[in-house]
Amino acid sequence: MTRIDAKFAALKAEGKKAFVAYVMAGDPDYDTSLEVVKGLPGAGVDVIELGLPFTDPMADGPTIQAAGQRALEQGMTLQRTLDLARTFRETDDTTPIVLMGYYNPIYSRGVDAFLADAKAAGIDGLIVVDLPPEEDAELCLPAQAAGLNFIRLATPTTDDKRLPRVLQNTSGFVYYVSITGITGAAEAEATDVGPEVARIKAATNLPVIVGFGINTPEKSRNIASVSDGAVVGSAIVSQIGAGKPVADVLTFVKSLSDGAHSA
Amino acid sequence: MANDLFNSFMSGPDEQGRFGIFGGRFVSETLMPLILSLEEEYNKAKDDPTFWAEMDDLWANYVGRPSPLYFAERLTEHLGGAKIYLKRDELNHTGAHKINNVLGQIILARRMGKTRIIAETGAGQHGVATATVCAKFGLKCIVYMGAHDVQRQAPNVFRMRLLGAEVIPVTSGRGTLKDAMNDALRDWVTNVRDTFYCIGTVAGPHPYPAMVRDFQSIIGKEAKEQMMKAEGRLPDTIIAAIGGGSNAMGLFYPFLDDKAVNIIGVEAGGKGVNEKMEHCASLTGGRPGVLHGNRTYLLQDDDGQILEGYSISAGLDYPGIGPEHSWLHEVGRATYVSITDKEALEAFQLCCATEGIIPALEPSHALAHVMKIAPELPKDHLICMNMCGRGDKDVQTVAKYLNFDMSDTEGRTVG
Repeated sequence: MTRIDAKFAALKAEGKKAFVAYVMAGDPDYDTSLEVVKGLPGAGVDVIELGLPFTDPMADGPTIQAAGQRALEQGMTLQRTLDLARTFRETDDTTPIVLMGYYNPIYSRGVDAFLADAKAAGIDGLIVVDLPPEEDAELCLPAQAAGLNFIRLATPTTDDKRLPRVLQNTSGFVYYVSITGITGAAEAEATDVGPEVARIKAATNLPVIVGFGINTPEKSRNIASVSDGAVVGSAIVSQIGAGKPVADVLTFVKSLSDGAHSA
Repeated sequence: MANDLFNSFMSGPDEQGRFGIFGGRFVSETLMPLILSLEEEYNKAKDDPTFWAEMDDLWANYVGRPSPLYFAERLTEHLGGAKIYLKRDELNHTGAHKINNVLGQIILARRMGKTRIIAETGAGQHGVATATVCAKFGLKCIVYMGAHDVQRQAPNVFRMRLLGAEVIPVTSGRGTLKDAMNDALRDWVTNVRDTFYCIGTVAGPHPYPAMVRDFQSIIGKEAKEQMMKAEGRLPDTIIAAIGGGSNAMGLFYPFLDDKAVNIIGVEAGGKGVNEKMEHCASLTGGRPGVLHGNRTYLLQDDDGQILEGYSISAGLDYPGIGPEHSWLHEVGRATYVSITDKEALEAFQLCCATEGIIPALEPSHALAHVMKIAPELPKDHLICMNMCGRGDKDVQTVAKYLNFDMSDTEGRTVG
């Protein structure tokens, strides 16, 4: 059982929805980023999605891409991202961390070496956007064997015929992408998302968490009310990008988590 | 013969879209169903004679195929060695090989009921070809082009707009071809129902590398027949320039199993293949990685971050290369070399002066390698080089590099 499995079991026992926050590792710099990440659990974040910077984030919008560029310009690397997670783990051994990014930096490091390092750094799960089930042999299966969850994205284009394949090697939770599009673009609507979540839940016992297009406490509540939880990324990252003090960023995160937790 | 089939270099990709370890389908889940549907439709079309009948008609009457295979007599005399033939794909409608592939993809898009076409472009040749075919069929066309390329290829931007396309300058990342491809993928992931992504080279997720190669293979098929007619035998060496590698794959593919034919791909060496990475020679200076849906050789740093390529030629300015080239490189069926900006410019000028052909900067790289090897080869050695584009689009760039003041009516050079 990973920290992710334990967290969702605990939330279920409490009858609470999950709130998941995404931040880019090293944005706007290593120290500030670490301070934000350390403050997330106190701001009501149940699962941390830690963005791994990449030069060509083809599923992300301008907000996340700019955050990745800021991080890379500050010398952020895969190794430093894992260092950040390891440092966080020194004071928090329960909040799950999901590393979210693209395959090339991982492939460049070497899958086996990466998995050993990630596990040692206290990473619990992986979301790798450009690895669909067709490429499971690359990282998904080795990651599961190494004891890391591999969290798959399901999308509005994942039809009933394809859904079993998407769910087959998924663990931890299912990340439902609420819109066809990139992060930080269109707005998710609970009326559209509800039936889709129900469709996925009918096919799996895993929690179904919804992300993309959620940017206010109200949206966070509405989406969490029709699913097992909500993810917010771009809205938080844009506050960091605007140079808001860490305390203000965390206050905003708290308002979003309150939204999800009140659902 | 079974043994020959077993050893064929022409049987790829496999069912996973792989050429050896290269290729594949590294895309987000949102795009995966679209790519599977495209593969299914392409497989149907490929075996449908009516699809190819429509292609053949348009190739003949709209594009002007077959393109000639031309004996470059003065160039041959000048270099004093091998006999040099140019496959004249620069004479195609829109001035480059790009339209061969665009026609195929747009006809496929029409069969799939897609009404909105998106494309990425670097030098603008693929964008112009896509805008052209969309105009012909009355389809909406959106072209993503790096903001930097929009500036240095202004005439092609205007051409696309005249043809009714919407040209979107891409400012994300560094505003180059790879960023244009990122933004095209972002558009596709957003507009999944009505949109067809017309990729301009033999890269991207399966089935694009195979599909684009199949459409471009008309170049090699024609060259083979034309060479047989002209010389009664196959060429000894075939050469083409490589950015993503579609014109090269088109020339090479039909010759892959003709083992006596020497195959050479020419990458853009920019200012030289060195540690500063001021080049676009993915095979010479890169290593395998995953970008834009496929595994292939990429220019990248130690952390797997993608580097910007550099070349005088906007059409070669891409940090990757088609996965089939990566495979041909690793199995040794083709040889890949690089040519610098300076060498390409010399070839550009020599071609103008000896043959009355203004080549694009892309094939000028291939020609520069011909200039290197032809003098050392015997006179009965036959070289076939793909003249994949005409150079009208490049005259301003060349003028700048040669310090030629285009506003000076006396034709003086600067300084």
